[in-house]
Order: sequence, then C-alpha cells, then structure tokens
Amino acid sequence: MNSMNNGMGPVEHGTRNLLIQARLKRRYFTEKVFQLLGILAIVTAMAMLGVLFVTIIGKGYRAFQQTFIRLEVFFDRVEIDPLGTGERDVLSRADYGLLVKNAMRDVFPYVTERREKRELYAVVSSGAAFQLREMVMSDPGIIGSRQAVWVLADDDVDMYIKGVFEEGGGRLSERQVLWVQDLMSRGDLRKRLNTAFFTKGDSREPELAGIGGAVVGSLYTMTVTLLLSFPLGVATAVYLEEFAPRNFFTDIIEVNINNLAAVPSIVFGLLGLAVYLNFFGLPRSAPLVGGLVLTLMTLPTIIIASRASLQAVPPSIRQGALGVGASQMQSVLHHVLPLALPGMLTGTIIGMARALGETAPLLMIGMVAFIVDIPAGIMDKATVLPVQIYLWADSPERAFLERTSAAIIVLLAFLLLMNGLAVVLRKKFEQRW
Amino acid sequence: MKYILFIIGILSLSSAGYYLGSRRASSSVQGQIRKLHSLPGHYGLFVALWCGLPAIIIFASWLAFEPAVITSLAVSRLPPEMKQLPDQQMSLVINDIKNIASGTFIREKDRALIEAAGHYRRLQATGFTALIAAVLSCMAAGLAIGMKYITPQMRARVKVERTMRVLMLLCSMVAIFTTLGIVLSVLFEAIRFFNIIPMTDFLFGLHWSPQIAIRADQVGASGSFGMIPLLTGTLMISAIAMIIAVPIGLMSAIYMSEYAADRLRTVVKPALEILAGIPTVVYGFFAALTVAPFLREVGSGMGLDVSSESALAAGLVMGIMIIPFVSSLSDDVITAVPQSLRDGSLAIGATPSETTIRVVIPAALPGIVGSILLAVSRAVGETMIVVMAAGLTANLTANPLEAVTTFTVQIVTLLIGDQEFDSPKTLAAFALGLVLFVMTLCLNIIALYVVRRYREQYE
Repeated sequence: MNSMNNGMGPVEHGTRNLLIQARLKRRYFTEKVFQLLGILAIVTAMAMLGVLFVTIIGKGYRAFQQTFIRLEVFFDRVEIDPLGTGERDVLSRADYGLLVKNAMRDVFPYVTERREKRELYAVVSSGAAFQLREMVMSDPGIIGSRQAVWVLADDDVDMYIKGVFEEGGGRLSERQVLWVQDLMSRGDLRKRLNTAFFTKGDSREPELAGIGGAVVGSLYTMTVTLLLSFPLGVATAVYLEEFAPRNFFTDIIEVNINNLAAVPSIVFGLLGLAVYLNFFGLPRSAPLVGGLVLTLMTLPTIIIASRASLQAVPPSIRQGALGVGASQMQSVLHHVLPLALPGMLTGTIIGMARALGETAPLLMIGMVAFIVDIPAGIMDKATVLPVQIYLWADSPERAFLERTSAAIIVLLAFLLLMNGLAVVLRKKFEQRW
Repeated sequence: MKYILFIIGILSLSSAGYYLGSRRASSSVQGQIRKLHSLPGHYGLFVALWCGLPAIIIFASWLAFEPAVITSLAVSRLPPEMKQLPDQQMSLVINDIKNIASGTFIREKDRALIEAAGHYRRLQATGFTALIAAVLSCMAAGLAIGMKYITPQMRARVKVERTMRVLMLLCSMVAIFTTLGIVLSVLFEAIRFFNIIPMTDFLFGLHWSPQIAIRADQVGASGSFGMIPLLTGTLMISAIAMIIAVPIGLMSAIYMSEYAADRLRTVVKPALEILAGIPTVVYGFFAALTVAPFLREVGSGMGLDVSSESALAAGLVMGIMIIPFVSSLSDDVITAVPQSLRDGSLAIGATPSETTIRVVIPAALPGIVGSILLAVSRAVGETMIVVMAAGLTANLTANPLEAVTTFTVQIVTLLIGDQEFDSPKTLAAFALGLVLFVMTLCLNIIALYVVRRYREQYE
C-alpha cells in the first residue's frame, strides 16, 4: 500500500477523502430522493382515492334526505267522486292535482294572479297527486275529510333547502323563495328520510326517482350470472387441473381463457348483441341476457382463481384417496374439491363484484332504456345499478347529480361488502399445508 | 317464474330417479351391496342422469330457439303486403306484435297486427304445452331405460364418471365457443360493413362522421367512415393515462417491495385494490363532473381554452384507474427477482436505490414491460370513462386540451338506442369492435409472451 502511495502527500490523500465524502453525500442524497419519490407516488395514489371518495360522498349524502311539505288536504267528495258511486275506476281517475292546488291556495290565499298561481303550484312535486291517489285507493273512507299530508316538494325547492345554490334560489323565483321560507318558518316544510329513493323506480322527476328498480334488476342479473358462471367455472377448472391430458386441445382452451380475461368488456357486449339478441332472438333489456353476457365475462376470473386454489391442494391428499381405493373422480369430488372450495368462492365473489360494477356490455344489449316499473322476472325489461348511474349522470337537472352520487354510494357499499366477504372467507378458511 | 318452476320440476323428478335407482340396485341384491359392482348411489346417479340430462338439453334448446321460431311463424301469417316491408320496419312490426301479445299497449288499431298478436300468443301457449309434454315423456322414457339397465354387474360408477368427465369437458369448451362467438359475430358484421364501405376508406380515411342521410336528397350527409381520427384519439387518451399511471404505479410498486415496512404494506395494498375495484362508471362520473370542470377553470386561469370534454380529463382519470393495475403486476414481477441479486449488489457497497435502479429493475424489465403493455390494452378497451368524459366529435388533433373521441365511444353511440340492423352505421360499430379486438389481442399476446419468457428465466 505504502509503496503504491509513494509520491502522494498527505494533502492529496485528504482531497481524495473529501472527494469520496462528497460523492457519498451525493449518493445518499439520491437515495433519499428516490425513497421520497416512492412515498410521493403512494401518497398521490391514496390522495386520488381520497378525493374521489370525498367528492362523491360530499355530493351524494344529501340525497338520503328529501324535502317534504305539510299540506292540509281536503279530500273533497265533489272533486273525487261527485256521483258517490265509490267505484275504484272513478276514484283512480279523479283529478288529485286539483286537491293539491286547492290545499296550496288555502295556505297562501293572497295568491290570485294566474302566473303567480302556476308558480305556487310548482313548489310541490307532481308526485303529490299520485300520493293522494294512493291514499284514497287504499282507504276510500278518507273522502270528505280533511287530512294533514306530508307531500314531496319539487326538486328545485329541495335543492334550495339543501343549500346547493350559492346565492339566490337557483331556478326558483323570488316569490317562490319567499313562500318556501314562509312554509319553513311555520314548520310545514322539513327534510325527512328519503325511503322512496330505495324503493321506487326511475322517473323523469328527480324527486320521484329511486334506485329500487335498478337494484332489483341488478339482483336478477347477478343471480343469472352466479347460477351459470359458478358451476361452469368450477367444472372447467376441475377438468383442466385434475383430468385433462396435456395436449394441443387443452393448450388451446388455456390460451383462450387467458385471452378472454383481457378482452375489453364492450366486445362481450357486441357478442351479446349479435348472438343472443339477433341470432337467438332473446328479448332486449332483459336481465337474462345481461346475466348471460356477464357470465362469459366473469368466467375467466372464476376459472383462473379456481385453478389456483386447486393447485394449492397438496398432491398427498389425492394420493391418499387413491391409495385407499377411491376412483379419480371420487378423490377429486370427495377430497380435493371441498378443500379448494373456499378459494373458489373467494374468486367467484371477486368476479361477481366486478360484474356488478360492469356497465359497457349492458349498454350494448339495451339495458340502458328508461324503465319506470320494477322488473318482476328475468325476462322483463330492466336496468342495473351502474347503468342507472350512467343514465342519471347524463341528466341536466341539478337534483339528479345528487341522486347519481347517492346511487354510487350504494353501489360502492355493495362492492365493499362483497370484497369484505371475500377477505373474511379467505382469512377464515386459509390453509397452509 | 314458470321457467324456475320448470327447472325445479326437472330437478325433483331427477332426484326421484336417483332414489328409485339406488333402491332398485340394493334390492336387486337383497341389500347385500357388496355384491354390486358400484355403490347404490352410483346406480341412482345413473338413473338420474338418464332422466334429467335429455330433459335439460330439450329445455335449453327450446329456451334458445323458441322466440325466433315463434316470431317467424307469427310473421308468416301476416298479410302479404306487410311481409314485403323492409327489414327495419319489419322489426318494428314484430315489436308491436310482441307488445300487443303481452298486453302492454292495447290501443293499436291495425286488425292484422291484433290478429298476428293473437296468433303469437296461441303459438306461445301451444309451444309451452308441447315443451311440457316433450320433457315429461322424455323423462319417463329416460327413467324406464335407466331402471332397465340396472343389474348387479353393471359398471354404473364407470359410466357415471365417464359422463361427468364429458360434461366437464363441455363446460371447459365454453371458453373456446366464446372466443369463436366473438370472432365470428364481429367478423361477420364487419365483412358486411366492408361490402358497403371499402376497407381502405375505413382503415386510412381521415374523416369520421357516421351520419347517414335520412332523405335521399339531403345535402352533405353521405356519412364517412375513416377511423384514423378515432385511432389518434384512442392513442392520445391512452398515452395520457399511461403518463400518469406508469410512474406512479411503478414507483409505488418499487417502494412497496423494496422499502416499505410490513405495516405500511398491509394498509396500502388493500387501498390500491379498492382503487382497482371501483366501477369504471364511477370514474366516468368523477371525470365528467369534477375533473373536467376543474381543468377548465385552471386552463382559463392560465389563458388556455380547455374543452369541457378534453382528452386530458378522460386520460387523467383513466390513469388513476390504471395505477393499481400497473403497481400490482409490477409488484409481482419485482418480488420475483431473486434476492441473491440484491444481496450481491448491496454487498459491494451499492445503496438500496442504486441496487434497485441498476440491478433489480433491469432484471425485472421484461416483466415490467409486459405489465405496462397489459395496462395499455386495458386503457384502449376502457369504455365508460371515455363515454362519459370524452367527446363525440372526431377531431384529428394532437392537442390534449381539445375534445377527441375513441373507438369505444363510437361503438357505444352507434349502438345505443334503437338501431336498424343493416345500415352501415350499425355495422360500423362491429368493424370498430373488430379493430379493438385485434388491437387488444395483439397487445395481450405480446405481453403474455414477454412475461412468460421472463418468468422462465428465474425459475
């Protein structure tokens, strides 16, 4: 060492040390920057998740409450059933809108001019008349009496009460704002829990629209999907993993499954349109067709998860069963499959969660129609929750914005529930060999 | 509802067959089941399969073909002048008939339609009765045959297991049929499209406006189907998404696998999975109602004119969606790099970041490239975000602040609502679908190939 350093003074040695020190400093600095970048990336991703949730929940939570107005409605026999026949047909065809208008005029007797009156009536939702009709139809005895009824306020009033508009009354006129404040000061206008949002179907009036129909449609679609994709997926996985010989044919099946997992979902919609609707002539917008399309889409997910969980079962289990004289089928059905089932279920739930949030292929098969009625079966016209979100997101009314966010909250709650279930299942039955 | 009852009926009759079969088998040897070739349950299953399988096949094929057959029969009864109608009006007529038959609107005045609807309803009723008769007689015959075969020597287990294997094989062939169905349906319609619009016009045309003239003499609405503006739009939005997703996804994957403590990982990994599990329609809503107005405001603050349907907003949100995709795939790839490589590098004095950049990343590069390609294919095929946040008009532009449109947006707009099935407008959607399918297929195959090659390296 010393001989090599000959000619180098202690001074030069010092500068070299300094150089190394400086370089080390720089290297440690790069190290810090690199780590910081990593943290920054994670923080950015998390922040975006946070922003997404905060904006949607911030917009949507208000839809779970709805503004109602208390009216003293006089169920006038002359208006509803002038002949006193009491026939249901007559009762159902009476002009209940008039009763609402009369009640509103009773509250504000000084409103007389035509234009003013029309503005006054617009404070109450057009759904109020239906509500009164339902009351009469379920109990004709109330005809002729005076009842206090909480009826829905118009969506513009609702938006105003919820303070969506920064200044002024939004689409409300000055007079309407005054009336609303008057009603509020009397305690005749209040926000109440919006149960109709969960039970009613779609509507053109934001205050009447609910996700009930879409949720039921989703339920039917998911049932069809589950009933078809789970048996098919498990059977495929078991065949490929336990029975199939390794040959060209099974290789093709495997390549196909892996490819299908990455095909864009909208292409499955095209398949559904061309094959199910146009070739087989199945009805448009039906949950059956939606379920069939989503089955093809979720199958690869289920198959891949099921195969992984079959692979995790150690060969000693199979050998043990075969050793005591079980046939191959018996060893699989009695021993391997029960052990692999929790993993398969987890995969299925995750696949179903993805199917529940899927929108694009269902647009192709016509589940995007405007449907008011709650579907009664898998052949009825229906829509599903994500499609309902898409439809509402397109609506210009401010009140639909709130409903869209609320529907998203419900959808996310369902998804969280399903994923949570999958995690619990995995934790509970996780087995290490 | 009646179908569910039907299925329950078939299943319960089959279970009756199971019971009868196993009883018959054990009684044929006076209860000494050691004399049987198989367990009594196998004989039961044998009978149940004979009983239920043909019935289910009949039922399934009836479900598949009943609507089409009945419709064509009902149409054949229409007056001749109605039969001559062009296809698109014919489909309206058929719709009317179905609606009258199911009683949803009764105000229809046309007598021929009402008659056809009555005929349709009668056909439906007859069809269902015929189905019940066919299924029941088939099940009875199956039961009889199955019972007749039962002898103590019969190899019931072997037969049942062979049938089950064949059934499983059929199940696994669904994947092949799906791919075949996709290719054939898309290809078939695309070929019909190319018969109307020359393929070169479609592939290299610079102008996309699929409006077809409603009247023959309408001016300037002949419709043009050049896909280049859609291609550039798709590529631009995907590129923006990748610019967001690749650095963030990759850096978080690196941090998670090389630096993060276990505690952090157990928090961040599920959170990223949540990001991946959010439905795309939610991202679309977020893009259209939060990100796009925000960008517009920022842009106008800087004196830029940002379109309210800018490619930037859609691409940005799509990038967020793809982050977990990139990060989880790269995470797998990076953790698969053998520890010995890291140890070697650290042992000669490299810092962890130098080890990562100069050793781990180069070793994992093929896998990372593969995962990025998969992410690109995801971005190209993504639909809801662009449908809700990107534009409808096809602009051939390189400016990310302007509105562009993509393949998926055009497929959706062309196919949503009522369509006539023969117009080039509808067929164009299938041609676009074909292009999309081929593009993503190529990306996937390359990606899978790269990833597989890489995996083999270290195994």
